[in-house]
Amino acid sequence: MQQGTITLDHITKIEGNAGLNVTVVDGKVTDLKFMISDYRRFYTTVVKGKPAVTAPSFLSRICGTCSVSHLFCSIEAVEKSQGIQVTDQTMTLRRLAYDALLIRDHALHLYFFSLPDVLDIDSILDISDDPDDLGYQLLYDSFAIKQLGTDLSNTIIGAAIHAPLPTVGGFLRLPDPTKFPALIDRLEAIRPAVIRGIKCFFNWKAELIRNSDYLALRNPDRYDYLVGEVINTEGKRVPEEQFHNFLKSVVIPYSQAEGYVFSDSKEDYLVGSLARINLNRDQLLPRTKADLGEYLSFFPSNNVYDNNLAQAIEILQAVDEAIDILKTIQIQPETPIKKDPVAGIGVGVIEAPRGILYHLAETDNTGTIINYDVIVPTAQNQINTENDLKKFFNENLHKTKEQLQHEAEVIIRAYDPCMSCATNFLKINWHEK
Amino acid sequence: MSDPATPTPNKKLVIGWFSFTCCEDSTILFSELLNEHFDAWKKLVEFRHVKVIKSNNELRDLDVAFVEGAISSPTQAQEVLDIRNNSKYVVAIGSCACTGKPSASRNDLLPEDITDKIKWYMENFDYSQKVQKLDEVIKVDDYVQGCPMNAASFLTALDKYLKLCGVIPADPTPVNPQPQQ
Repeated sequence: MQQGTITLDHITKIEGNAGLNVTVVDGKVTDLKFMISDYRRFYTTVVKGKPAVTAPSFLSRICGTCSVSHLFCSIEAVEKSQGIQVTDQTMTLRRLAYDALLIRDHALHLYFFSLPDVLDIDSILDISDDPDDLGYQLLYDSFAIKQLGTDLSNTIIGAAIHAPLPTVGGFLRLPDPTKFPALIDRLEAIRPAVIRGIKCFFNWKAELIRNSDYLALRNPDRYDYLVGEVINTEGKRVPEEQFHNFLKSVVIPYSQAEGYVFSDSKEDYLVGSLARINLNRDQLLPRTKADLGEYLSFFPSNNVYDNNLAQAIEILQAVDEAIDILKTIQIQPETPIKKDPVAGIGVGVIEAPRGILYHLAETDNTGTIINYDVIVPTAQNQINTENDLKKFFNENLHKTKEQLQHEAEVIIRAYDPCMSCATNFLKINWHEK
Repeated sequence: MSDPATPTPNKKLVIGWFSFTCCEDSTILFSELLNEHFDAWKKLVEFRHVKVIKSNNELRDLDVAFVEGAISSPTQAQEVLDIRNNSKYVVAIGSCACTGKPSASRNDLLPEDITDKIKWYMENFDYSQKVQKLDEVIKVDDYVQGCPMNAASFLTALDKYLKLCGVIPADPTPVNPQPQQ
């Protein structure tokens, strides 16, 4: 039975820096601190005094991997502050670009970060060179999937990271439709590889079950990341504008990121793919559902490891939606909608790959930012992560320190945390008493 | 798939990849470059300290350390000094390492911009008064500019050090083909 304090100095294969301190006394966890340790950049303060139209491009620099999420959420907040309503074509192209993000971003997490956990190896560098090996096949699947996501992004929004073409009111340049047929062919061809990945994570028998509440955006008309109301497991609905009031921020003295609980019940909750599939799986595309079969039977799930399976399912949904859009969209010439600046407040709420993302933009009558706020998914999941880890440690103190350190890392990776958003590795400190 | 065109060298280039204060966009781009270069790099490069893709990392006898991000604290300054002391060459990666910005934007905040919340973070954690670009803290041998880094410039830099460290012959043929635009 472990006693004292566990230190995990380097949580790897995640996006950002974090640490973990666990203190055990008399066979029980008495203290557990999950510390996000990336240094803050205070961008929401820096952006004040700048023209609102420049905010989205700057704020996409909050995060490298989900920069498109921050870009689109900031654009939505600024558009609402200025009373700008974009065209249906702009929304469709944003959804297409978002599919590209989901394909690349989820594949990076699933195959580069989590697949070694499934294969019980340290790194993709340790995967066999034997083409008949499942790990080899999945790794090379991942190269093709990620590259396709990137190429789709390049075509629609000009880049996968800090995309230059989306702007307030629309697009600075519209995509070239002559490139669509080749992308459709590649998306069709990648489906068997994506389904192979889903099967891999379905067959992974890891389990950590704790009853959590879940929050996700729900659009009554479609499985969506961009438009909707926030709903929870109990069916409570919150308009985007009220989302901030739904939450209570919690200062965590040992972490560089605030945590969040529900403002009424003070309970923790989880956002991200697992929440979305738990709450919105009925809205997956018919073609996607038809190929998922038993893989959907795990949901709703309270097993945090199923966040990986949910991400794999979302890749297929993104591939299928992208095919539909590319086949049907008729690009009409249009330029970004512009309006004279007004004083206003706008809220953007969208689903980033890791969960609900909130941007609030307030401008004066010259269209200058006077107030800005951002709530990111990893910060929202911070308290839920701590509570999951407490349960894990309390139930597994018979294991060796090395096993506990490794499995704690695997749990944290399953959340797909992004420490750049909130904060690359975890430090676990194990204090003996 | 395996790239038969890349011969297995007698020695590999021992590299580390490190991130400090930034959005890690260049780390993400680096991971994307693996889509195309994984087979060739596995033969030529030893990834001795790359936290984004492995857990067993060693900060020891690196040929090249690629360092992304600006330096925000005395702790980070000490970490990057340790990296410098364990590396033959250090390459600054991306805008925040090369110029400080945008991560160093807080250096431009006026006193009235420093809210109680910012003060709390600055006092509760070991923030430096000013965010520094990498060469304000350690000697830097090369710079790969861009936000994220320019992929072609990174591949050129990697080729340079593969040759300089004797991993590949110093002939004019680049091992890393430039990305298609």
